[in-house]
Amino acid sequence: MELALLEALNAERAARRACVLVTEIGRGRQRLVRSAEAAADPLAEALAEAFRTGRSFMLELGNERVFLTVQVPSPRLVITGAVHISQALAPMARTAGFDVTIVDPRTAFATPERFPDVDLRAEWPDVALPALALDPFTALAALTHDPKIDDPALAEALARGCFYVGALGSRKTHAARLERLAARGIGREALARIHAPIGLDIGAASSAEIAVSVLAQLVGTLRRRPAEREQAA
Amino acid sequence: MFAREEDVLEAAARWRREGRGVALATVVETWGSAPRPVGSHLAIDEAGGFLGSVSGGCVEGAVVAEAGEVIATGEARLLEFGVADETAWQVGLSCGGRIRVYLEKVV
Repeated sequence: MELALLEALNAERAARRACVLVTEIGRGRQRLVRSAEAAADPLAEALAEAFRTGRSFMLELGNERVFLTVQVPSPRLVITGAVHISQALAPMARTAGFDVTIVDPRTAFATPERFPDVDLRAEWPDVALPALALDPFTALAALTHDPKIDDPALAEALARGCFYVGALGSRKTHAARLERLAARGIGREALARIHAPIGLDIGAASSAEIAVSVLAQLVGTLRRRPAEREQAA
Repeated sequence: MFAREEDVLEAAARWRREGRGVALATVVETWGSAPRPVGSHLAIDEAGGFLGSVSGGCVEGAVVAEAGEVIATGEARLLEFGVADETAWQVGLSCGGRIRVYLEKVV
């Protein structure tokens, strides 16, 4: 592979844009296809499948074998709340392949000492989140327990089509939250997308255990097909 | 530090920019219970240093050894690994799967 091609691939990923590296195995010829260029490509149909599923695969074209290396943006986790659970969740999620950003305007919580090597934004969600450009490859976990911080973040995540939206709090807390969000004009269907109380029910007790349950739910939402997801819910 | 797929491709580019000979291995096909999914990468430098994984450890040694020749000749190769079998394979996958790995030089 040409170094320039490898660097182009890395640049697309860094910019959170999907692309496919097409390798003709026999001849060793390679090219990079960005999602905007896919429809006009001779392999348009296979490329469409590649972008939809995010999975790499081998394509048989007569005698020629072509490998499609698919790159979709890395899943990203945005957390509101520089809290104890986040201290456990951030490194775990990073290991599992998520880019992690923590948003909390409370500067006593959002300190680099508490969160070494984490992208930490000591700002209100209405400032931090537009800059982060939430997208369908992003998950949002609202963990502050404070409606002033969590509610606007949840509203933004639902509006931007985040693949996962979860919120900490008891069923009673969540019922009150749903009323507040409905008052903001968010529809019933969108509100039903919020995972609350957040995390898989594994009887988690400590902050670290709750972080495990949240990460497991995140991975399940990311990897399972929708029908399987509904059965498991 | 545990390496993610993107770290592997970043490392391959960085090593090459530094002037090292570099090869990139990609899992292109799997059958049965292969340990790493299609699209997984392993980056190898001329000194045999590597980052990433194509099999969870079973065949990395063999891929790294082949990488030296790919870096020397510039010729890409398609490698296949199956179940461990002394007569057919020096190394193999204890899980019982088979994988095909595309190994190419970064030029």
